[in-house]
Amino acid sequence: MTLLETRALTARYGDFQALFGVDIALQAGQTVAIIGANGAGKTTLMRSIAGVLRNAPEQVLFEGRSVGALPADEITALGIAMVPEGRRLFPSLSVEENLLIGAYGRKVQGHWGLEAVYGLFPILRERRLNPGTALSGGQQQMVAIGRALMSNPRVLLCDEISLGLAPVVIRDIYAALPRIKEAGASVVLVEQDIGQAMKVSDHVYCMMEGRVTLSGSPASLSRAAIHDAYFGAHA
Amino acid sequence: MNWIDTIAQGVLLGGLYALFAAGLSLVFGIMRLVNLAHGDLIVMGAYLILLVVSVTGINPFLAALIAMPLMFALGWGLQRVVLNRVLGPDILPPLLVTFGLSIVVQNVLLQGFSADSQRVGAGALETASVDLGVVTLGVMPLLTFASAIAVIVCLNWVFYRTSLGRAFRATSDDPVTASLMGIKPQGIFAMATGIAMIVVTIAALYLGMRANFDPTIGPARLIYAFEAVIIGGLGSLWGTLAGGVIIGVAQTLGAAINPEWQILAGHIAFLVVLLIRPRGLFPRAFD
Repeated sequence: MTLLETRALTARYGDFQALFGVDIALQAGQTVAIIGANGAGKTTLMRSIAGVLRNAPEQVLFEGRSVGALPADEITALGIAMVPEGRRLFPSLSVEENLLIGAYGRKVQGHWGLEAVYGLFPILRERRLNPGTALSGGQQQMVAIGRALMSNPRVLLCDEISLGLAPVVIRDIYAALPRIKEAGASVVLVEQDIGQAMKVSDHVYCMMEGRVTLSGSPASLSRAAIHDAYFGAHA
Repeated sequence: MNWIDTIAQGVLLGGLYALFAAGLSLVFGIMRLVNLAHGDLIVMGAYLILLVVSVTGINPFLAALIAMPLMFALGWGLQRVVLNRVLGPDILPPLLVTFGLSIVVQNVLLQGFSADSQRVGAGALETASVDLGVVTLGVMPLLTFASAIAVIVCLNWVFYRTSLGRAFRATSDDPVTASLMGIKPQGIFAMATGIAMIVVTIAALYLGMRANFDPTIGPARLIYAFEAVIIGGLGSLWGTLAGGVIIGVAQTLGAAINPEWQILAGHIAFLVVLLIRPRGLFPRAFD
């Protein structure tokens, strides 16, 4: 079943057009990775799905329903949660308050609550009274992921969760992915690390300059094809 | 001259200024909105209480309880219909709109209640006092100060202990990310202004019982409120109380030296604090 879909999605910042007709689809239970260089439109795509940027209604479909024009708070209430690029923790809230506020807009019963998130990332229980921004980068990323999970989302959007983190920390964070999927969330990952993206995803979309230049299952894509789609070069 | 008495009276006067300022501090802390009509809204609250008292004949404290939900609704609607439209990266539009609102409120009050000065009668309470040996304190100033503390304790409880308070702080930090949590920033702002108007009603109650008021005195109250907020450090409610007390003490000390010095001494104290601590006494750690 197709859970989330974009159809000919366009987005612009004022006069600058960032997306030119992007089509992606996420099947229930799967993980989709979006790769591409800086400025390819990956973050814009995520912000459009999450409702931070508004689109025409039929450009984003969630469970068959047109949701492209809904504001972010209504998208969250439907069950799409985002881990934003740069984590964006609330500096005046403690770690625990940052997690609690993740459940503000969607009060559905599900696997995720404070205890479940502390079970996933035990270090956060020790740091729960600290300000969110006093943590290390990796721990902050755990808070950001936990905060998004607190709404028990059907779809989890992760924007560059490995950016700026040490490889060992990235491994810890990605180790949480299977449990997140087991609990019922399908995942869209934006990732600059192609190897990481290929390893965890069921389907990969490569973007360049606001368009999808290549898509397919990781096994079906050759290194050379990805290289071409990523850089636009025909080496 | 009895210095202890003068200082005690000043501290209690500071409670009134803190009440004037708490609503301003709350709204500024959450949405970076400087409400230039704040003083006029306090005066409007005083007229509303006066109206309830004169129509029903009930005690002013009960009248304030009736006025509170009305003022909350007014604040909520004002934010929804007017102020939310002008909030944005540019700080000038909200300043202009609230400046205009200040003039509108003054003139509507003038039209409705005339320029005569009014007072909310509180009976024997107005002159009651308690003798503590060293000093004799008026019951009304004591009540004012106690109310200021109660208001700040309540606001801090809402801010730091409730789900609404978390949403207030998160929205204040980052409205876009807050909306990703399912928070509607516009609704949070409306709630904040509504709560600020409840505090305004409490300030209006004491303003009306302690002194005469007429439609034009709002801006002068606004200045004391601003000074209290800035001395305390933007966004800190206990700081706002400290700011109110500093202005209150400076004014009574000034008046004790020479009555002409009362108002000026308060402003000088404000400027001195600004010179020494430009960010106020208890500034927030970030922003």
